[in-house]
Amino acid sequence: MDQSLRWTDVAAVEDIPRQGSRVITGGADPVAVFRTHDDQIFALIDRCPHKGGPLSQGIVHGASVTCPLHNWVIDLATAEATGPDEGCSGHVPARVERGRVLVCLPQSFGG
Amino acid sequence: MTHHTKAPYPKRKRLVVVGNGMAALRAVEDLLARAPDAYAITIFGAEPRVNYNRIMLSPLLAGEKTFEEIVLNDLDWYAANGIELIGGDPVTCIDRDARVVRSAGGVERPYDRLLLATGSNPIVIPIPGHDLPGVVTFRDVDDVEVMLKAAESGGHAVVIGGGLLGLEAANGLRARGMSVTVLHLMDHLMERQLDPSAGHLLREELERRGMTVLTGADTASITGTDRVGMVHLKDGTSLPADLVVMAVGIRPNARLAQTCGLEVNRGILVDDMMTTSDPEILALGECVEHRGVCHGLVAPIWEMAKAVGAGLAGEIHDGFRPGATSTKLKVSGIDLFSAGAFQGGEGCEDIVLRDAGRGTYKRIVVREDKVIGAVLYGDTQDGSWYVQLMRGNEDVSAIRDSLAFGQAFAGGSGANPKGAVAALSDDAEICGCNGVSKGAILAAIAEKGLSTLEEVRAHTKASGSCGSCSGLVEQVLALALGADYQANSGPKPVCGCTHQDHDTVRRMIVSQDLKSIPAVMQALEWTTPDGCAKCRPALNYYLLCAWPGEYEDHAASRFINERVHANIQKDGTYSVVPRMWGGQTSAKELRAIADVVEKFNIPEVKVTGGQRLDLFGVKKEDLPAVWADLNAAGMVSGHAYGKSLRTVKTCVGSTWCRFGTQDSTGMGIDLERMTWGSWMPHKFKMAVSGCPRNCAEATIKDFGVVAVDSGWELHVGGNGGIKVRATDLLCKVTTDAEVKEYCGAFIQLYREQAHYLERTAPWIERVGLDFVKARVVDDTEGRAALNARFLASQEYSQTDPWAERASGGKDSHEFTPLARVEG
Repeated sequence: MDQSLRWTDVAAVEDIPRQGSRVITGGADPVAVFRTHDDQIFALIDRCPHKGGPLSQGIVHGASVTCPLHNWVIDLATAEATGPDEGCSGHVPARVERGRVLVCLPQSFGG
Repeated sequence: MTHHTKAPYPKRKRLVVVGNGMAALRAVEDLLARAPDAYAITIFGAEPRVNYNRIMLSPLLAGEKTFEEIVLNDLDWYAANGIELIGGDPVTCIDRDARVVRSAGGVERPYDRLLLATGSNPIVIPIPGHDLPGVVTFRDVDDVEVMLKAAESGGHAVVIGGGLLGLEAANGLRARGMSVTVLHLMDHLMERQLDPSAGHLLREELERRGMTVLTGADTASITGTDRVGMVHLKDGTSLPADLVVMAVGIRPNARLAQTCGLEVNRGILVDDMMTTSDPEILALGECVEHRGVCHGLVAPIWEMAKAVGAGLAGEIHDGFRPGATSTKLKVSGIDLFSAGAFQGGEGCEDIVLRDAGRGTYKRIVVREDKVIGAVLYGDTQDGSWYVQLMRGNEDVSAIRDSLAFGQAFAGGSGANPKGAVAALSDDAEICGCNGVSKGAILAAIAEKGLSTLEEVRAHTKASGSCGSCSGLVEQVLALALGADYQANSGPKPVCGCTHQDHDTVRRMIVSQDLKSIPAVMQALEWTTPDGCAKCRPALNYYLLCAWPGEYEDHAASRFINERVHANIQKDGTYSVVPRMWGGQTSAKELRAIADVVEKFNIPEVKVTGGQRLDLFGVKKEDLPAVWADLNAAGMVSGHAYGKSLRTVKTCVGSTWCRFGTQDSTGMGIDLERMTWGSWMPHKFKMAVSGCPRNCAEATIKDFGVVAVDSGWELHVGGNGGIKVRATDLLCKVTTDAEVKEYCGAFIQLYREQAHYLERTAPWIERVGLDFVKARVVDDTEGRAALNARFLASQEYSQTDPWAERASGGKDSHEFTPLARVEG
């Protein structure tokens, strides 16, 4: 099944600030890549399920990010809103290999 | 290996809903909760919007809420539930034989079951002039927009109708700065909900708020040339009017039902199951007539929604049984409640309790030892208890003597509010707006592990509409959680990551020499690994304030605006506000701004309330280049995005003004030069006026200076935001140097004492003006020390953050994508 996934090497882990995020552009929606306080890497579509806020601009805490527009908290591992809010911002598979960040970008990134 | 062949999905029945308002959506939500997959649902709405909380139109008008805050179901909700929404396209025809509805735009949808929720129309009195521009009803967001537009230019508003809706409109327009006259046909206000005594108290309160109330007023005509100008009464009185609001009642909108041949009287006739004369068609809300009654309040309509939901889900149920309804007036600061047969009548006894000192009035109507009605003014806490007694048809002879004193004194439950809530039965209603019972709240607390008011609100909707039952909900929480619930017991923790409150955290940072966020979290036993979006910005500020020059700012613990030094907008672009010292600018600065606007295609330039220019719609990646150009013309960040010193607004003062007594612009510039760049618990605004006419509005600022002949008055703790608060006078000083010293000392006291995200207004209300005076005015040495600490911290904060990023390349990762990937 994994054969259908196409991994793209996008950056080194250090290129993303700890407890921070940066985006990959080129597709329909940007993909936000997050680095947590303990150097886990996650990626999601950079759109809050609530009002489309740029999640990459939020405060990263634990394995979650708080949207800068209305403070929805999104679980980075599942891309689902937590607490009473419901919605999913679109999970993007990501992994780290020898210090490099590999992301499986959505179709709209071409290729 | 087993193969699972997916069974073909059973063909779902088609439900078409005509109406996209509160009643329709509540019924759909109820149905989805009972049988999520039973129907393929299409909703037609006449208004081109999603479903919003119509009860909240009054706070919307008064400026207490925004439209976004009153939306109940946003577009995502429709999508998430697989519901097709056809908005802005009213249904015009129902073909009952073919079971198809057709819209004005020609959209057709077949149905198996049809639900009508066409609501009501406001009544327009057909007097001459009723169709002039400037005459509106108070029914939807469009009406509110017309009213707000009219209120912008002030002037006179005449509200026809002194009922619930009319008074809410009147209060909102008054809050928006219009002079307001209420015309009411009857002898006392809200006669359908209030007895004359309470109506009188209400009238006095409204007049105290600056409204004019005319009772027994019968409107004859409205005149004006191209729009409304005057309102004329039958007794010959004429009133000037720039806006006329007709709020005289509603009429069920049953036209569609009538044209397709359903049985209609005043409203669409329905039985207890909410079924119309066609068994496949249900109806609910303000458009229906049930047992001779048309309901307009939200509580019975929620009951109808339950009956519709259960019926559509195929459940056996009792149908709609209207209970005693109650009314609350949503005018802030006026507590008013009525329920049941409050007017009394034959065989009824009244129990009345008045307290002139507290301005309260209570009247309980009893017949044959049962409570049948109640009117409460000033103290409405026991409203739901009286409704409970009414619905339960309970014999009150044993507690009759103490009945008017409320539940705390009746029936031996003791003067303990928790005991009173404990004594309520599980089906007692806690939230009247949303029909949430005590039992439902207890169940949600137990099943979902809820522990705060906000969580209960999110999961059950209790206290989510008008909010007046928040206290009761908290008591239910306390009852369920016992010692674990800490609502009003002691200071509130900073956030869910810790049990420590703000003051303790600030104290410990200093006393234990804690100098980083991880050190604070370790020492104070944070329960999360790296905090959350609430506590991290607070800790970052507290550390910055405690250890200036030593603590290194932690960018990842700042809100995005303070990280990229611009204001994020709803579309993800940013706004940029360069500093204009004391509101002064020059041809050079304006030219540079104009050039930047053209060069970067900045779509909007707006003058702010703080005497500066705001450039809207700047792309994030353009920010450093925009700043570089502004820097080149000598401009620096205005910190319009920060919990920091914002602006110093000034009038022109003695340099130009014939009334000016001092150089207010010069003083403003000096203060801004001294204080810019300072991080604060919240935003901080200043103003300097050159004379007591106070053109710079210094008395609604955090620190306001007003020149008088003999020197300067210093004012503190003002706020022009959601809750307007005029400043308190701190003191009067004579020299310019004193103004600066007191300003520095006051700011530093606020910086060191306030909780993060606490403006000076609530801070002063919390600690008291006397405390501030004792530290800043009375204690000469202490004042000098505070000012010295402020100036010392400023040595580390007055570096232009724009220059650091424009030419210095700081934080470039914030402004460039990680990668660009294309096929």
